[in-house]
Amino acid sequence: MVIEVARPRPLWQILFSTHHTDVALLYLITSIVFFMLGGALALTIRTELLTPGTTIIGDADLFNRIFTVHGTTMLFLWILPFISGVGNYLIPILVKYKDMAYPRLNAVAYWMAVPGAALIWLGWSDTSWMAYPPYSTMRAAGPAADMWIFGLKILGLSSILGAINFIVTILKCKHPDLPMMKTSLLVWAILVSSLMTLAALPTFTAALIMLYTDRLGVSGFFDPARGGDPIAYQHLFWFTFHPEVYIFLIPAVGMAYELIPKFSRKPIFSYGSGVIAFLVLSIIAFASWAHHMLATGLTFTEKTVFMIGTLAAVPMSAMHVFNWLATMWGGRIKFAAPMKFVIGGIMLFFTSGAGGVVNTTLPLDFITHDTYWVVGHFHMMLMGTVSFIFMGFLYYMFPLITGRMYSERLANVHFWFTFIGTAVVFTAMHIVGLYGMPRRIWDYVPDPTIIVLNQIASVGAYLIGIGMIAFIILLIRDSVKGKPADMKDPFGIGEIYYDYRRREPHH
Amino acid sequence: MVELVISMGSHVIYEWIYVGVVVSILIWVGAEAWYGEKLLHEVPKDHITIKVVGQQWFWTFEHPDGKREVGTLHLKAGKVYKFEVTGKDVIHAFNIPHFAVMIDAVPGRINTIWVKIPEDAVGEYLIQCREYCGLLHYNMRANLIVEA
Repeated sequence: MVIEVARPRPLWQILFSTHHTDVALLYLITSIVFFMLGGALALTIRTELLTPGTTIIGDADLFNRIFTVHGTTMLFLWILPFISGVGNYLIPILVKYKDMAYPRLNAVAYWMAVPGAALIWLGWSDTSWMAYPPYSTMRAAGPAADMWIFGLKILGLSSILGAINFIVTILKCKHPDLPMMKTSLLVWAILVSSLMTLAALPTFTAALIMLYTDRLGVSGFFDPARGGDPIAYQHLFWFTFHPEVYIFLIPAVGMAYELIPKFSRKPIFSYGSGVIAFLVLSIIAFASWAHHMLATGLTFTEKTVFMIGTLAAVPMSAMHVFNWLATMWGGRIKFAAPMKFVIGGIMLFFTSGAGGVVNTTLPLDFITHDTYWVVGHFHMMLMGTVSFIFMGFLYYMFPLITGRMYSERLANVHFWFTFIGTAVVFTAMHIVGLYGMPRRIWDYVPDPTIIVLNQIASVGAYLIGIGMIAFIILLIRDSVKGKPADMKDPFGIGEIYYDYRRREPHH
Repeated sequence: MVELVISMGSHVIYEWIYVGVVVSILIWVGAEAWYGEKLLHEVPKDHITIKVVGQQWFWTFEHPDGKREVGTLHLKAGKVYKFEVTGKDVIHAFNIPHFAVMIDAVPGRINTIWVKIPEDAVGEYLIQCREYCGLLHYNMRANLIVEA
């Protein structure tokens, strides 16, 4: 238990602590704050797109900055810190060690994320989160774009430090009596995604340096006038960020494995196939990056290879879904908030997975690429699946963190508004994409169908907004005033809850 | 690895059947997609080449006879057109949603894509930019006028 609300600790004790639960708490609070800020930007975007022409944002420049910061925030300041937060809380508990392997490095990794976040939010860049050159090197306004580059660089370094820490903790500090094959699948998930981070991230880190020297004018890596190639950046970028998609997804899958058997009151259908799917996916994830670039003029052979690489990743995700459904099959399912969010996440995972297959099948990609279809597709994945499972897991950890129980009624309001809203907004985006609406536009063609679909999407977004207000109220109110939780069995599903521990004053 | 397979237990057969079904569907989808793309890959011989240049934030078109158009493109129904697309400053994407024409306009590269305009397609269509290219990206549009 960390925030001992009954006996509050001074804030500085948490801020300067290197204890894994304190660092985890900082990660979680930071990520939730940025989730809400990024969400507020999303609602601004949806409000602007409610009608053609100016709705609330006066000019395209501000709009471009808003969607850039929205994307960067959600990926690097919500999803990644949340994974680090959950990992920091639970990995030492799940591998039965007193703390992370390098507690100080752990705190350093967190505190590096703070200036990274500050650079992104103070810079307010307009490069889009992909920052494709030559736009980002020749036309994007400084210092915003430079601050974005440095911000991401610091966040990348922080991720690498965190990944090293997780790998060493899991492989070297695991209790000797606990074989790897008996650990939770969440441990496997964090291990695999950390290894992928180490393999994938350096490429983007290099690309950021090249981007910056290009901006300074001392190099021309991506400038055709100086013998460079703008497409080279896209290869470097997607070599990192396609695996990164799985780095976001795999921990969420691990969390689902942690919740589903407990709330179904049955053992996991097949532990081994979960591990196999993680390991195979972590390798195949590196064979599909150029499916983001099918329209850049790749050769026929390149397109074929990357289509096959992409399709090859699908069976692994399908194995996880099968495993989840088979675990739930015939179980006495307890529909508490964590389970509801996980089930909602699995349902939306089907849509995003099927949409992904459509995106990679070659002729169809030229219809969907860079339209709102793609926006709907990856939001269905990152909001519909990853964030849903994250929110469910946060509910599950709520008693562990606060020692109190959340209100199931308010959590229900949160779930239904968010679930219906998510389904509505991102389905409408898929359809409007098929009508040819490009992504990242401040104003669209005033065609009646496109207007109606945008308005449906905006209404869906407002439903999510209502759900999130319930979520914020719940988090604040119940962590201060909630009923004390039964720490052995807070969810009434048997005494299988995490063993919460006093802070050991070893550092 | 042996340990892993054993731990999958006795009900493993259901899962492998399911994986087999998923893989077969994917092979079918992939083969269809590959075949479709192969058909599109070959440009018919009797095509007319149009040079397309995207720059912040308008499109320029050049016909084979050297005639240039800015912001409007006149094509004839029933003909096959090949577009040679490039960008002048930053990356754009040349897109005619109605005919599913879409290819990036990349500085320093010439990408090609072709389309057969149907006989009965006389009318006005939208040409737009589909890759984010800065301030007026949303308004980087042109008119396609298909004449009989």
